[in-house]
Amino acid sequence: MVIRGKQNPEALAIWEELGKIVDPEIPVLSLVELKVIRDVRLNDSGVTIVFAPTFVGCPAVAMMMEEIRTRIGALGYETVNIETTFSPPWSTDLLDDSAKEKLRSIGIAPPPKGSENLAAALAKPVSCPFCRSENTQRENSFGPTLCRQIYYCNACRQSFERFKPL
Amino acid sequence: MQTNFPSQLPQDGIRTLLLAMADDELVLGHRDSEWTGYAPILEEDIAFSNIAQDEIGHSLVWFTLLTPLTGLTPDQMAFERSYEEFTCCRFVTHPKGDFAYTTVRQYLFDEAERVRLTALSGSSYGPLKEAAAKILREEAYHLMHSKGLVERLGDATEESHRRMQAAVDLAFPQALGMFEPIDGEAELQKTGVFPGNVTLEHEWLNNVVSVLRGASLKLPIQQMNGKLKPQCKPELGGRKKSHTAHLQQLVDDVQLVYRMAPGGKW
Repeated sequence: MVIRGKQNPEALAIWEELGKIVDPEIPVLSLVELKVIRDVRLNDSGVTIVFAPTFVGCPAVAMMMEEIRTRIGALGYETVNIETTFSPPWSTDLLDDSAKEKLRSIGIAPPPKGSENLAAALAKPVSCPFCRSENTQRENSFGPTLCRQIYYCNACRQSFERFKPL
Repeated sequence: MQTNFPSQLPQDGIRTLLLAMADDELVLGHRDSEWTGYAPILEEDIAFSNIAQDEIGHSLVWFTLLTPLTGLTPDQMAFERSYEEFTCCRFVTHPKGDFAYTTVRQYLFDEAERVRLTALSGSSYGPLKEAAAKILREEAYHLMHSKGLVERLGDATEESHRRMQAAVDLAFPQALGMFEPIDGEAELQKTGVFPGNVTLEHEWLNNVVSVLRGASLKLPIQQMNGKLKPQCKPELGGRKKSHTAHLQQLVDDVQLVYRMAPGGKW
Protein backbone atom coordinates (compact mmCIF):
# COMPACT_ATOMS: atom_id res chain seq x y z
CA MET A 1 0.00 0.00 0.00
CA VAL A 2 1.23 3.50 -0.78
CA ILE A 3 0.54 6.23 1.75
CA ARG A 4 0.68 9.82 0.56
CA GLY A 5 -0.22 13.27 1.77
CA LYS A 6 0.03 14.82 5.21
CA GLN A 7 -3.07 13.31 6.84
CA ASN A 8 -1.16 10.19 7.81
CA PRO A 9 0.89 10.66 11.02
CA GLU A 10 3.92 8.84 9.66
CA ALA A 11 3.97 10.97 6.49
CA LEU A 12 3.32 14.08 8.55
CA ALA A 13 6.41 13.37 10.67
CA ILE A 14 8.50 13.20 7.48
CA TRP A 15 7.06 16.50 6.20
CA GLU A 16 7.85 18.09 9.56
CA GLU A 17 11.44 16.86 9.42
CA LEU A 18 11.80 18.16 5.85
CA GLY A 19 10.52 21.48 7.15
CA LYS A 20 13.57 21.66 9.42
CA ILE A 21 16.14 21.14 6.65
CA VAL A 22 17.28 24.44 5.19
CA ASP A 23 18.78 25.45 1.87
CA PRO A 24 22.50 25.84 2.72
CA GLU A 25 22.72 28.96 0.55
CA ILE A 26 19.48 30.52 1.87
CA PRO A 27 19.40 29.34 5.48
CA VAL A 28 16.14 31.16 6.29
CA LEU A 29 14.12 28.89 3.97
CA SER A 30 13.36 25.23 4.58
CA LEU A 31 13.05 22.75 1.74
CA VAL A 32 9.27 22.83 2.23
CA GLU A 33 9.18 26.64 2.04
CA LEU A 34 11.45 26.54 -0.98
CA LYS A 35 8.82 24.27 -2.59
CA VAL A 36 11.35 21.68 -3.74
CA ILE A 37 9.47 18.83 -2.04
CA ARG A 38 6.63 17.68 -4.29
CA ASP A 39 5.50 14.51 -2.54
CA VAL A 40 6.27 12.00 0.20
CA ARG A 41 5.31 8.39 -0.52
CA LEU A 42 5.50 5.56 1.97
CA ASN A 43 5.31 1.88 1.17
CA ASP A 44 6.62 -1.43 2.50
CA SER A 45 10.08 -0.93 1.03
CA GLY A 46 10.68 2.54 2.49
CA VAL A 47 10.06 6.17 1.76
CA THR A 48 10.27 8.08 -1.51
CA ILE A 49 10.69 11.85 -1.54
CA VAL A 50 9.80 13.55 -4.82
CA PHE A 51 12.21 16.44 -5.29
CA ALA A 52 11.99 19.31 -7.81
CA PRO A 53 15.43 20.97 -8.17
CA THR A 54 15.75 24.75 -8.37
CA PHE A 55 18.66 25.54 -10.73
CA VAL A 56 19.92 22.14 -11.85
CA GLY A 57 23.59 23.13 -11.68
CA CYS A 58 23.28 24.44 -8.12
CA PRO A 59 25.72 22.64 -5.81
CA ALA A 60 23.28 23.18 -2.93
CA VAL A 61 20.91 20.69 -4.61
CA ALA A 62 23.34 17.82 -3.98
CA MET A 63 23.75 18.97 -0.36
CA MET A 64 19.97 19.12 0.13
CA MET A 65 19.61 15.56 -1.16
CA GLU A 66 22.38 14.34 1.13
CA GLU A 67 20.70 16.04 4.08
CA ILE A 68 17.33 14.48 3.20
CA ARG A 69 18.88 10.99 3.13
CA THR A 70 20.60 11.49 6.48
CA ARG A 71 17.75 13.18 8.37
CA ILE A 72 14.91 11.02 7.08
CA GLY A 73 17.07 7.92 7.47
CA ALA A 74 17.55 8.91 11.12
CA LEU A 75 13.76 8.70 11.59
CA GLY A 76 14.18 4.96 11.12
CA TYR A 77 13.84 4.40 7.38
CA GLU A 78 16.38 2.04 5.92
CA THR A 79 15.70 3.12 2.35
CA VAL A 80 15.21 6.77 1.46
CA ASN A 81 14.67 7.18 -2.28
CA ILE A 82 14.81 10.59 -3.86
CA GLU A 83 13.00 10.90 -7.14
CA THR A 84 13.87 13.99 -9.17
CA THR A 85 11.10 15.62 -11.15
CA PHE A 86 11.14 18.40 -13.75
CA SER A 87 7.44 18.24 -14.40
CA PRO A 88 6.20 20.84 -13.86
CA PRO A 89 9.59 22.59 -13.55
CA TRP A 90 10.41 24.37 -10.29
CA SER A 91 9.62 28.06 -10.52
CA THR A 92 10.05 31.11 -8.31
CA ASP A 93 6.29 31.65 -8.75
CA LEU A 94 5.83 28.81 -6.23
CA LEU A 95 7.31 30.88 -3.38
CA ASP A 96 4.64 32.32 -1.10
CA ASP A 97 4.59 35.73 0.58
CA SER A 98 6.08 34.56 3.85
CA ALA A 99 9.03 32.95 2.04
CA LYS A 100 9.57 36.19 0.13
CA GLU A 101 9.51 38.18 3.36
CA LYS A 102 12.18 35.86 4.79
CA LEU A 103 14.36 36.46 1.72
CA ARG A 104 14.03 40.20 2.24
CA SER A 105 15.02 39.78 5.91
CA ILE A 106 18.48 38.54 4.84
CA GLY A 107 18.95 41.28 2.24
CA ILE A 108 17.79 39.39 -0.85
CA ALA A 109 15.11 41.06 -2.98
CA PRO A 110 12.44 38.41 -3.72
CA PRO A 111 11.60 37.38 -7.30
CA PRO A 112 8.58 38.98 -9.01
CA LYS A 113 5.55 36.91 -10.05
CA GLY A 114 5.15 35.87 -13.66
CA SER A 115 8.49 34.23 -14.44
CA GLU A 116 6.84 32.47 -17.40
CA ASN A 117 7.36 35.70 -19.33
CA LEU A 118 10.93 36.29 -18.27
CA ALA A 119 11.53 39.52 -20.19
CA ALA A 120 8.43 41.11 -18.61
CA ALA A 121 9.36 39.84 -15.14
CA LEU A 122 12.86 41.29 -15.47
CA ALA A 123 11.48 44.63 -16.65
CA LYS A 124 9.48 45.14 -13.43
CA PRO A 125 10.91 47.59 -10.88
CA VAL A 126 12.94 45.96 -8.11
CA SER A 127 12.49 47.22 -4.59
CA CYS A 128 15.58 47.50 -2.37
CA PRO A 129 15.35 44.97 0.51
CA PHE A 130 16.89 47.53 2.87
CA CYS A 131 15.08 50.84 2.20
CA ARG A 132 12.29 49.67 -0.15
CA SER A 133 13.11 52.30 -2.75
CA GLU A 134 12.46 51.31 -6.35
CA ASN A 135 15.23 53.60 -7.54
CA THR A 136 17.48 50.61 -8.20
CA GLN A 137 19.47 49.28 -11.13
CA ARG A 138 20.73 45.89 -12.25
CA GLU A 139 24.50 45.63 -12.12
CA ASN A 140 24.78 42.02 -13.26
CA SER A 141 22.29 39.42 -14.51
CA PHE A 142 24.35 36.87 -12.62
CA GLY A 143 25.60 36.79 -9.05
CA PRO A 144 27.38 34.96 -6.27
CA THR A 145 25.15 31.89 -6.67
CA LEU A 146 23.18 30.58 -9.66
CA CYS A 147 19.87 31.83 -8.27
CA ARG A 148 20.87 35.45 -7.67
CA GLN A 149 21.71 38.61 -9.56
CA ILE A 150 23.33 41.83 -8.39
CA TYR A 151 21.55 45.19 -8.02
CA TYR A 152 22.43 48.61 -6.68
CA CYS A 153 20.11 50.94 -4.78
CA ASN A 154 20.55 54.58 -5.78
CA ALA A 155 18.55 55.76 -2.75
CA CYS A 156 20.46 54.11 0.11
CA ARG A 157 23.60 53.51 -1.99
CA GLN A 158 23.83 49.89 -1.11
CA SER A 159 24.35 46.97 -3.42
CA PHE A 160 22.08 43.99 -2.88
CA GLU A 161 21.20 40.61 -4.34
CA ARG A 162 17.93 39.67 -6.00
CA PHE A 163 16.55 36.14 -6.40
CA LYS A 164 16.38 35.52 -10.17
CA PRO A 165 12.89 34.97 -11.52
CA LEU A 166 12.80 31.43 -12.95
CA MET B 1 19.58 -1.92 -20.89
CA GLN B 2 16.50 -0.17 -19.54
CA THR B 3 13.62 -2.58 -19.01
CA ASN B 4 10.69 -0.16 -19.22
CA PHE B 5 11.96 1.79 -22.22
CA PRO B 6 9.13 2.65 -24.65
CA SER B 7 9.49 -0.06 -27.33
CA GLN B 8 8.35 2.16 -30.20
CA LEU B 9 11.27 4.60 -29.69
CA PRO B 10 14.84 4.13 -31.00
CA GLN B 11 16.98 3.56 -27.91
CA ASP B 12 20.33 3.73 -29.75
CA GLY B 13 19.44 7.02 -31.40
CA ILE B 14 18.29 8.54 -28.11
CA ARG B 15 21.54 7.46 -26.47
CA THR B 16 23.54 9.10 -29.26
CA LEU B 17 21.53 12.32 -29.06
CA LEU B 18 21.78 12.60 -25.27
CA LEU B 19 25.50 11.91 -25.32
CA ALA B 20 26.16 14.60 -27.93
CA MET B 21 24.25 17.15 -25.83
CA ALA B 22 25.88 16.07 -22.56
CA ASP B 23 29.39 16.28 -24.02
CA ASP B 24 28.74 19.70 -25.62
CA GLU B 25 27.59 21.10 -22.26
CA LEU B 26 30.38 19.51 -20.24
CA VAL B 27 33.15 20.71 -22.54
CA LEU B 28 31.83 24.24 -23.11
CA GLY B 29 31.19 24.56 -19.37
CA HIS B 30 34.84 23.81 -18.72
CA ARG B 31 36.03 26.21 -21.42
CA ASP B 32 33.84 28.97 -19.93
CA SER B 33 35.21 28.25 -16.47
CA GLU B 34 38.67 29.15 -17.77
CA TRP B 35 37.59 32.81 -17.44
CA THR B 36 37.14 32.53 -13.68
CA GLY B 37 39.68 34.98 -12.31
CA TYR B 38 40.75 36.12 -15.79
CA ALA B 39 37.81 37.89 -17.48
CA PRO B 40 38.42 41.49 -18.61
CA ILE B 41 36.04 42.90 -15.98
CA LEU B 42 34.69 41.50 -12.71
CA GLU B 43 31.08 41.45 -13.96
CA GLU B 44 32.03 39.15 -16.84
CA ASP B 45 34.12 37.01 -14.53
CA ILE B 46 30.99 36.42 -12.44
CA ALA B 47 28.78 35.93 -15.50
CA PHE B 48 31.01 33.36 -17.21
CA SER B 49 31.62 31.51 -13.95
CA ASN B 50 27.84 31.23 -13.51
CA ILE B 51 27.28 30.17 -17.11
CA ALA B 52 30.02 27.54 -16.74
CA GLN B 53 28.37 26.13 -13.63
CA ASP B 54 24.97 26.06 -15.36
CA GLU B 55 26.34 24.26 -18.44
CA ILE B 56 28.09 21.62 -16.35
CA GLY B 57 24.85 21.21 -14.36
CA HIS B 58 22.96 20.70 -17.61
CA SER B 59 25.46 18.05 -18.69
CA LEU B 60 24.68 16.28 -15.41
CA VAL B 61 20.98 16.19 -16.35
CA TRP B 62 21.75 14.58 -19.74
CA PHE B 63 24.26 12.14 -18.20
CA THR B 64 21.65 11.19 -15.59
CA LEU B 65 19.13 10.41 -18.34
CA LEU B 66 21.83 8.28 -19.98
CA THR B 67 22.45 6.15 -16.88
CA PRO B 68 19.55 3.72 -17.46
CA LEU B 69 20.60 3.42 -21.13
CA THR B 70 24.31 2.80 -20.54
CA GLY B 71 24.59 1.45 -17.00
CA LEU B 72 27.20 4.14 -16.28
CA THR B 73 26.98 6.89 -13.66
CA PRO B 74 27.42 10.55 -14.64
CA ASP B 75 30.86 10.58 -12.95
CA GLN B 76 31.95 7.53 -14.94
CA MET B 77 30.79 9.20 -18.15
CA ALA B 78 32.55 12.48 -17.39
CA PHE B 79 35.73 11.23 -15.77
CA GLU B 80 36.47 7.71 -17.01
CA ARG B 81 36.04 8.04 -20.76
CA SER B 82 38.97 8.77 -23.04
CA TYR B 83 38.68 11.99 -25.07
CA GLU B 84 38.40 9.73 -28.14
CA GLU B 85 34.99 8.60 -26.88
CA PHE B 86 33.54 12.12 -26.58
CA THR B 87 30.93 13.14 -29.16
CA CYS B 88 30.87 16.89 -28.58
CA CYS B 89 31.16 19.09 -31.66
CA ARG B 90 34.67 20.45 -32.22
CA PHE B 91 33.31 23.99 -31.81
CA VAL B 92 33.11 23.72 -28.02
CA THR B 93 36.58 22.20 -27.71
CA HIS B 94 38.56 25.21 -28.95
CA PRO B 95 40.54 27.19 -26.37
CA LYS B 96 38.80 30.22 -24.89
CA GLY B 97 40.86 32.62 -27.04
CA ASP B 98 40.18 36.33 -27.08
CA PHE B 99 37.21 37.47 -24.94
CA ALA B 100 35.52 38.48 -28.20
CA TYR B 101 35.80 34.86 -29.39
CA THR B 102 34.31 33.54 -26.14
CA THR B 103 31.44 36.03 -26.43
CA VAL B 104 30.66 35.10 -30.04
CA ARG B 105 30.99 31.37 -29.36
CA GLN B 106 28.66 31.59 -26.36
CA TYR B 107 26.10 33.55 -28.38
CA LEU B 108 26.17 31.10 -31.32
CA PHE B 109 25.89 28.20 -28.87
CA ASP B 110 23.06 29.79 -26.85
CA GLU B 111 20.99 30.42 -29.99
CA ALA B 112 21.48 26.76 -30.95
CA GLU B 113 20.49 25.67 -27.45
CA ARG B 114 17.32 27.69 -27.68
CA VAL B 115 16.17 26.16 -30.96
CA ARG B 116 17.19 22.66 -29.90
CA LEU B 117 15.62 22.78 -26.43
CA THR B 118 12.47 24.44 -27.73
CA ALA B 119 12.08 21.60 -30.24
CA LEU B 120 12.87 18.93 -27.64
CA SER B 121 10.24 20.40 -25.27
CA GLY B 122 7.82 18.68 -27.66
CA SER B 123 9.77 15.40 -27.93
CA SER B 124 7.94 12.07 -27.93
CA TYR B 125 10.44 10.75 -25.33
CA GLY B 126 9.03 11.90 -21.98
CA PRO B 127 12.22 12.27 -19.87
CA LEU B 128 13.89 14.26 -22.66
CA LYS B 129 10.86 16.48 -23.11
CA GLU B 130 10.63 17.34 -19.40
CA ALA B 131 14.35 17.99 -18.94
CA ALA B 132 14.49 20.15 -22.07
CA ALA B 133 11.62 22.32 -20.84
CA LYS B 134 13.37 22.77 -17.48
CA ILE B 135 16.78 23.64 -18.95
CA LEU B 136 15.26 26.01 -21.51
CA ARG B 137 14.06 28.27 -18.67
CA GLU B 138 17.57 28.53 -17.22
CA GLU B 139 19.21 29.01 -20.61
CA ALA B 140 17.16 32.15 -21.24
CA TYR B 141 19.60 34.02 -18.98
CA HIS B 142 22.59 32.90 -21.03
CA LEU B 143 21.13 33.99 -24.34
CA MET B 144 20.05 37.37 -22.94
CA HIS B 145 23.59 37.94 -21.74
CA SER B 146 25.59 36.74 -24.77
CA LYS B 147 23.23 38.38 -27.26
CA GLY B 148 23.45 41.65 -25.32
CA LEU B 149 27.25 41.54 -25.48
CA VAL B 150 27.26 40.83 -29.23
CA GLU B 151 24.82 43.67 -29.88
CA ARG B 152 26.86 46.14 -27.85
CA LEU B 153 30.37 45.12 -28.88
CA GLY B 154 29.66 44.53 -32.58
CA ASP B 155 29.63 48.22 -33.43
CA ALA B 156 30.75 50.02 -30.27
CA THR B 157 34.25 51.16 -31.25
CA GLU B 158 36.57 50.47 -34.14
CA GLU B 159 38.57 48.08 -32.00
CA SER B 160 35.58 46.21 -30.61
CA HIS B 161 34.16 45.85 -34.12
CA ARG B 162 37.46 44.56 -35.48
CA ARG B 163 37.87 42.00 -32.70
CA MET B 164 34.25 40.84 -32.87
CA GLN B 165 34.42 40.46 -36.67
CA ALA B 166 37.63 38.42 -36.35
CA ALA B 167 35.86 36.26 -33.75
CA VAL B 168 32.86 35.73 -36.05
CA ASP B 169 35.14 34.80 -38.97
CA LEU B 170 36.81 32.17 -36.80
CA ALA B 171 33.76 30.89 -34.90
CA PHE B 172 31.10 30.69 -37.61
CA PRO B 173 32.50 27.74 -39.65
CA GLN B 174 33.21 25.93 -36.36
CA ALA B 175 29.68 26.63 -35.09
CA LEU B 176 28.14 24.89 -38.10
CA GLY B 177 29.62 21.70 -36.62
CA MET B 178 26.96 21.86 -33.87
CA PHE B 179 24.55 20.58 -36.52
CA GLU B 180 26.70 17.74 -37.85
CA PRO B 181 24.30 14.81 -38.40
CA ILE B 182 24.30 12.10 -35.75
CA ASP B 183 23.83 8.35 -36.20
CA GLY B 184 20.20 7.30 -36.12
CA GLU B 185 18.88 10.77 -36.89
CA ALA B 186 16.32 9.55 -39.45
CA GLU B 187 14.80 7.20 -36.88
CA LEU B 188 14.69 9.97 -34.26
CA GLN B 189 12.85 12.21 -36.70
CA LYS B 190 10.40 9.53 -37.77
CA THR B 191 9.45 8.75 -34.16
CA GLY B 192 9.09 12.40 -33.13
CA VAL B 193 11.98 12.35 -30.65
CA PHE B 194 14.03 15.02 -32.43
CA PRO B 195 13.26 17.21 -35.46
CA GLY B 196 16.73 16.72 -37.00
CA ASN B 197 19.79 18.91 -37.36
CA VAL B 198 18.88 20.28 -40.80
CA THR B 199 15.69 21.84 -39.44
CA LEU B 200 17.43 23.21 -36.36
CA GLU B 201 20.33 24.66 -38.33
CA HIS B 202 17.96 26.49 -40.66
CA GLU B 203 16.09 28.07 -37.75
CA TRP B 204 19.34 28.93 -35.96
CA LEU B 205 20.76 30.61 -39.08
CA ASN B 206 17.75 32.88 -39.42
CA ASN B 207 18.13 34.10 -35.82
CA VAL B 208 21.89 34.43 -35.91
CA VAL B 209 22.03 36.28 -39.23
CA SER B 210 19.55 38.90 -38.10
CA VAL B 211 21.28 39.56 -34.77
CA LEU B 212 24.80 39.70 -36.24
CA ARG B 213 23.72 41.95 -39.09
CA GLY B 214 22.06 44.24 -36.55
CA ALA B 215 25.44 44.45 -34.81
CA SER B 216 27.22 45.33 -38.11
CA LEU B 217 28.95 41.95 -38.22
CA LYS B 218 29.31 40.12 -41.53
CA LEU B 219 28.78 36.43 -42.15
CA PRO B 220 29.81 34.28 -45.14
CA ILE B 221 26.23 33.60 -46.17
CA GLN B 222 24.09 33.75 -49.31
CA GLN B 223 20.39 33.73 -49.97
CA MET B 224 19.50 30.86 -52.35
CA ASN B 225 15.90 30.06 -53.32
CA GLY B 226 14.66 31.90 -50.25
CA LYS B 227 17.00 29.96 -47.94
CA LEU B 228 20.16 31.13 -46.22
CA LYS B 229 23.22 29.10 -47.22
CA PRO B 230 26.63 29.32 -45.49
CA GLN B 231 29.48 29.92 -47.94
CA CYS B 232 32.22 28.31 -45.89
CA LYS B 233 33.44 24.87 -44.95
CA PRO B 234 31.92 23.70 -41.65
CA GLU B 235 34.27 22.16 -39.11
CA LEU B 236 32.89 18.65 -38.66
CA GLY B 237 34.15 15.45 -37.07
CA GLY B 238 33.26 15.88 -33.40
CA ARG B 239 30.05 13.83 -33.55
CA LYS B 240 32.08 11.00 -35.14
CA LYS B 241 34.63 11.17 -32.31
CA SER B 242 37.30 12.74 -34.50
CA HIS B 243 38.93 15.31 -32.22
CA THR B 244 42.02 17.47 -31.95
CA ALA B 245 44.65 18.02 -29.28
CA HIS B 246 42.42 20.77 -27.83
CA LEU B 247 39.92 18.26 -26.47
CA GLN B 248 42.68 15.92 -25.34
CA GLN B 249 44.24 18.74 -23.27
CA LEU B 250 40.87 19.73 -21.75
CA VAL B 251 39.89 16.17 -20.84
CA ASP B 252 43.34 15.58 -19.31
CA ASP B 253 42.83 18.65 -17.11
CA VAL B 254 39.26 17.78 -16.15
CA GLN B 255 40.09 14.16 -15.24
CA LEU B 256 43.43 14.77 -13.53
CA VAL B 257 42.24 14.68 -9.91
CA TYR B 258 39.70 11.92 -10.48
CA ARG B 259 42.37 9.69 -12.02
CA MET B 260 44.69 10.27 -9.07
CA ALA B 261 42.12 8.81 -6.69
CA PRO B 262 39.52 6.76 -8.61
CA GLY B 263 36.35 6.34 -6.58
CA GLY B 264 37.60 8.87 -4.00
CA LYS B 265 35.01 10.55 -1.77
CA TRP B 266 35.31 14.24 -1.03
